[in-house]
Amino acid sequence: MNEDPLWQIFLNSCLVNNFVLAYFLGICPFLGVSAKLGTASRMGGAVTFVMVVSSMCAFGINALLTAMDAPYLKLISFIAVIASTVQLVEMFIKKMSPALFRALGIFLPLITTNCAILGVALFQTNKGYGFLQSLVFAVGAGAGFTLALILMAGLREKLELARPPEMVKGAALAMILAGLLSICFMGFAGLGN
Amino acid sequence: MTNIDQKHPTGTDEFLKGIWKQNPVFVQVLGMCPVLAVTNTAVNALAMGLATAFVLVMSNLVVSSVRQIVPKQVRIVSFIMIIATFVTVVDYLIQAISLDLHKALGAFISLIVVNCLILGRAEAFASKNGLGRSFLDGLGMGTGFTLGLLCLGGVREILGSGSLFGVSLFGSSFQPWVVMVLPPGGFFTLAGWLLFFNWRAQAKARSETSNVKETLA
Amino acid sequence: MSDATDTTQMAHAADKAKIWPMYRAVVGLGFLCGFIIVGVYEGTKPIIQRNRIEMREQAIKDVLPGAVTTQAFMLNEQEQFVTVPSAQENGGLLFAGYDESDQLVGLAIEAQGMGYQDVVRLLYGYSFESETILGIRVLESRETPGLGDRIESDPVFLKNFGTLDVRLTSDGSSVANPIEFVKPGEKTDDWQIDGISGATITSRATATLLRESSTSWLPKVNAQKDAFLKGKRSP
Repeated sequence: MNEDPLWQIFLNSCLVNNFVLAYFLGICPFLGVSAKLGTASRMGGAVTFVMVVSSMCAFGINALLTAMDAPYLKLISFIAVIASTVQLVEMFIKKMSPALFRALGIFLPLITTNCAILGVALFQTNKGYGFLQSLVFAVGAGAGFTLALILMAGLREKLELARPPEMVKGAALAMILAGLLSICFMGFAGLGN
Repeated sequence: MTNIDQKHPTGTDEFLKGIWKQNPVFVQVLGMCPVLAVTNTAVNALAMGLATAFVLVMSNLVVSSVRQIVPKQVRIVSFIMIIATFVTVVDYLIQAISLDLHKALGAFISLIVVNCLILGRAEAFASKNGLGRSFLDGLGMGTGFTLGLLCLGGVREILGSGSLFGVSLFGSSFQPWVVMVLPPGGFFTLAGWLLFFNWRAQAKARSETSNVKETLA
Repeated sequence: MSDATDTTQMAHAADKAKIWPMYRAVVGLGFLCGFIIVGVYEGTKPIIQRNRIEMREQAIKDVLPGAVTTQAFMLNEQEQFVTVPSAQENGGLLFAGYDESDQLVGLAIEAQGMGYQDVVRLLYGYSFESETILGIRVLESRETPGLGDRIESDPVFLKNFGTLDVRLTSDGSSVANPIEFVKPGEKTDDWQIDGISGATITSRATATLLRESSTSWLPKVNAQKDAFLKGKRSP
């Protein structure tokens, strides 16, 4: 059982160990959906939402598997549950709030294969967080992901009219930007003390 | 069957395309999480590459052998299940080989599951091709991925700790570039390699266009 | 009208025919995957457990120089230290190390706390005889490579241990001089830890977690020193 205070968990997952910039989780959407500020923030919202839901599910599964003494089923059941949770959430939102669905809709299927979601589930069990701690951890991770995505989108919008050399365009430029952002986030290290 | 085979490239081509023409790291830019996260030393990079290659080959083999009995609707679910199985297997194998290595790679072994490369190969190749061909494709892609990881891990370890595979290269007077083994170093090294390959591709394209112009003239 | 119902019924039948292969494929694959996973798990379990214990034994011997055999202890509900089989893996254990002639060398105690980036877990060796901390060994850390991980390798920092004074007060209720953290080169007393410049936060965190752990554990283990002394001989 882990006894880290909640604010420390939040700061850690959001800033100090930012999922994108320190753990490199969720790089695909980070590079893919960060061209426009609006889509970036909506994607961040969708990811945070799914993170929280799947983190709660993962907590339940882990408790169940520990009770059954079957740790070897952890990975396979996490991935299965996350995939089906995303589907359920998608159906639920479609039924309950068509407006929200229009905003998040196209991102939801993309999220299933987002490693950050599975990352939250795995890290929280590795660290032995309780239910409330897991919840805070997931919210923090989602907030950190959204923050990184929005910052990146801001940088890329600024660069849209710039004329970099031909060979820097595309993935290479995005990587350099991400590296600079990652250096900035290193300044947050030590906040958890 | 022979018709199809004639249309398709030979087995060697199937193997080689993963290493060079469609290199998963530098050309397709797929499966970036492990590429950046665990390449701070060459040993970690090699271990991660081999683990991914193993999962890739095994999942390609199984997906290819069950491709006829799995209906289209449950395709993705079945593939993910197969991949997750082999990732769990690899996780336990690495723990049995060396706990230190398992600690260094941490949760990233489990995260092989969501590596887009593996699901991508299962969906795009193994579900449409025979056993032997899928095996070669997996082997090629796996080798290409491992080489890509080694390129990054090597550069980061040489610059960031002044050693390669744990062997010190420059003696004690070398002041390591600590940033290279930290997260930003991963982004910068990958950017450097991508720039190198872009530059090469451009140089090649330029010489080709000038050749064409010459022949036209 | 009847035509319409016929077609819908036929469509239903067709659907049912399609559902069966889906179930078959998913359940079949599930069984196959389950067999593979359980097989590998059972096959590698003894090896992994042996590796874990070897790794732990090695760490204990590193922090307790001269120890040859070890024995795990646990604090039970009655606040008594009792021996537990060494194969057990859960946390919260203390380890006693004994030399070749079965004499108690000291205790290895696990401590954890927040470092610069993430939680640092370490094992430290305590000697009853000299009432000092003999050495530390980092079990788990994500500290900055080349900076924070110098708590494992920096010779000046490691020189702090071996003579690090954690004497108890005369009534044995608390540590006489709790461990203090000082700037590099300013160490004047044996209970102070010289920091590492360049790894200030990590070395300070190490000092803090050693202080917290030693002030809470040492009075308890000293009160029941006999349990550890005879631990080897009693089954």
